[in-house]
Amino acid sequence: MSENLIVPTMAEMLAQGKQPEVLFWVGCAGSFDDRAKKITKAFVRILNRSNVSFAVLGTEESCTGDPAKRAGNEFLFQMQAMMNIEVLNGYEAKKIVTACPHCFNTLKNEYPELGGKYEVIHHTEFLKSLLDDGRLTIEGGQFKGKRITFHDPCYLGRANNVYEAPRDLILKLDAELVEMKRSKANGLCCGAGGAQMFKDAEPGNKEINIERTEDALETKPDIIAAGCPFCNTMMTDGIKNKEKEGDVKVMDIAELIANAQDL
Amino acid sequence: MMSYLDNVLFALLLIIGFGYFYNNIRKIIRNINLGVAVDRKDNAKARWNNMAMIALGQSKMVKRPIAGALHIVVYVGFVIINIELLEIIIDGLFGTHRVFAFLGPVYNVLIASFEILALLVLVAVIAFWTRRNIIRLKRFASSDLKGSPKNDANYILYFEVVLMTLFLLMNASDLHLQNVSGGFSHFIKAGSFPVSQFIEPLFNGMSNELVMLLTEIFWWLHITGILIFMNYLYFSKHLHILLAFPNTYFANLNPQGQFDNLESVTKEVKMMMDPNADPFAAAPPADENEVPSKFGASDVQDLNWVQLLNAYTCTECGRCTSSCPANITGKKLSPRKIMMDTRDRIEEVGRNLDTNKGVFIPDNKSLLNDYITPEELWACTSCNACVEECPVNISPLSIIMDMRRYLVMEQSAAPMPINAMMTNIENNGAPWQYNQQDRLNWKNEN
Repeated sequence: MSENLIVPTMAEMLAQGKQPEVLFWVGCAGSFDDRAKKITKAFVRILNRSNVSFAVLGTEESCTGDPAKRAGNEFLFQMQAMMNIEVLNGYEAKKIVTACPHCFNTLKNEYPELGGKYEVIHHTEFLKSLLDDGRLTIEGGQFKGKRITFHDPCYLGRANNVYEAPRDLILKLDAELVEMKRSKANGLCCGAGGAQMFKDAEPGNKEINIERTEDALETKPDIIAAGCPFCNTMMTDGIKNKEKEGDVKVMDIAELIANAQDL
Repeated sequence: MMSYLDNVLFALLLIIGFGYFYNNIRKIIRNINLGVAVDRKDNAKARWNNMAMIALGQSKMVKRPIAGALHIVVYVGFVIINIELLEIIIDGLFGTHRVFAFLGPVYNVLIASFEILALLVLVAVIAFWTRRNIIRLKRFASSDLKGSPKNDANYILYFEVVLMTLFLLMNASDLHLQNVSGGFSHFIKAGSFPVSQFIEPLFNGMSNELVMLLTEIFWWLHITGILIFMNYLYFSKHLHILLAFPNTYFANLNPQGQFDNLESVTKEVKMMMDPNADPFAAAPPADENEVPSKFGASDVQDLNWVQLLNAYTCTECGRCTSSCPANITGKKLSPRKIMMDTRDRIEEVGRNLDTNKGVFIPDNKSLLNDYITPEELWACTSCNACVEECPVNISPLSIIMDMRRYLVMEQSAAPMPINAMMTNIENNGAPWQYNQQDRLNWKNEN
């Protein structure tokens, strides 16, 4: 695949005296995790296609501090937050979009009190707005008739009440949206939140991602759609554990849209 | 007619019943105030709205339709039948009999609806008992409830059966005397008895005097039972019938994902990051009202008062635990147990205060370790399922987070991989060992 991604940084924009429409907060997973990097690129391809003026912080971006805060390390969280706020405010950032619900929640809810006040939106909401404004068109051809189930990320759904944007996008693909028995506000966690991603689970009789993968498989899906790089990892591992990787794919909403556009 | 002595006895009964209750409520308020201050006076409109919808309107109860419907029956029954209590108290104090009978048809409708509700409550309570003891729903059979909590739940159900039965027996015997041809004593024709009319034949063949005695016995047992039940609340999980209202009013209004930023930390971080700060400067004069704060919570006094109110409000229904991903997959964590432990510990601290004239004498115990273990705390994914589920907006998650903060910031007692993750964030701005300078490499990778 020929990659010709246009990814300006805030520093480059500033040098040209420009302010982008939106700052894309890539996040640690989106920057470093091999699976999540694909989501990042898919999202950038859509931004490029839709001629959205955006920029990233690049090497000036640092962890939001979310995993430290959920682990109980408020010091480390606030240090990270204040450093990031200094950078963001230095660029006079107004609007931030991110493909990670954890970054989204932290930037949106926990930064304002510390001096970082921005309009923060999740990439599914942003894609939905592009669609509503006619800046993005989706042709569902390749997903027509496919069964897609959406796994609600806790920090997008329950934490911030965003349930519809990702589902609206799936419906635009002409796909059949099938709900798991536990969905939306009753959705079951994938097992990664609260810094669990970075440690082994406590003794129990099952891994949480297996329990959740079983919920998803009950819907007999072709695709499990995710909106979070961590959920994506957990569900992908679950599918591997069930030896279903041949039948069921785990994909981010941004990847579904990008694929629909042959991007 | 009741004698003068009866009225005095009744007044005495009321004074003892309400006096003891008042005393215990004061204790609860004192114990809740052991918690740290937190401002929950903002946005009164949203708070009233929450209370109206969630506590009064039971909006979250009905998310589980069977339990929700049964609960509404008992709840409405409880509230409506208590209107009858007003008549009982007036009758008892002034020696009147069915003082509201002058309302005529309205009175008939009232008594009839009390009776129908009493019957429905009986049916619902039997269903509740069956769910706990015969069907043994998972959330009622779990280890959290072993022993006294299980008995507590059943005692409450038995109480309700006894109270509703006494109410119906009282009406049935009264109706029997109302029907005596030519009338009997003060038993005027008043009220409509759609349920107790079927119990009334029970008294056929008894002398009118005996039935009158029984009526009085039922009446006294009923009001005494109500007063005992009211005072049992303090010792049981059943306080939610009162505390659900303040609890929903003072509950967190922010998005569930927003965790509070510790102000004490903000001060220190700002100092650390201020290039003009003099690291050798003397500490600013201490605010005399400021308690030397520790980071996070290891005991109930470190929690805020809303978290302690949460603990008293919890009625141990277990919806939180049944939706907790850690608990579902066999981990030790149970959000319900977090709330029960918190309440048990406040009660212990409260008894300590009682026996030591209001001064807490350290007992070498704490909420952390003696009640809640680190293993439970570290199993939480912070997914907010427990908070979402709670029918009265309790947040077990906020207690878990405050205790993790203590473990990490006061004791440096995080699991090893968590320490590694935090070291990575500190050193290279990501939870993994990647160089911050490589953050944009993805752009050029294929």
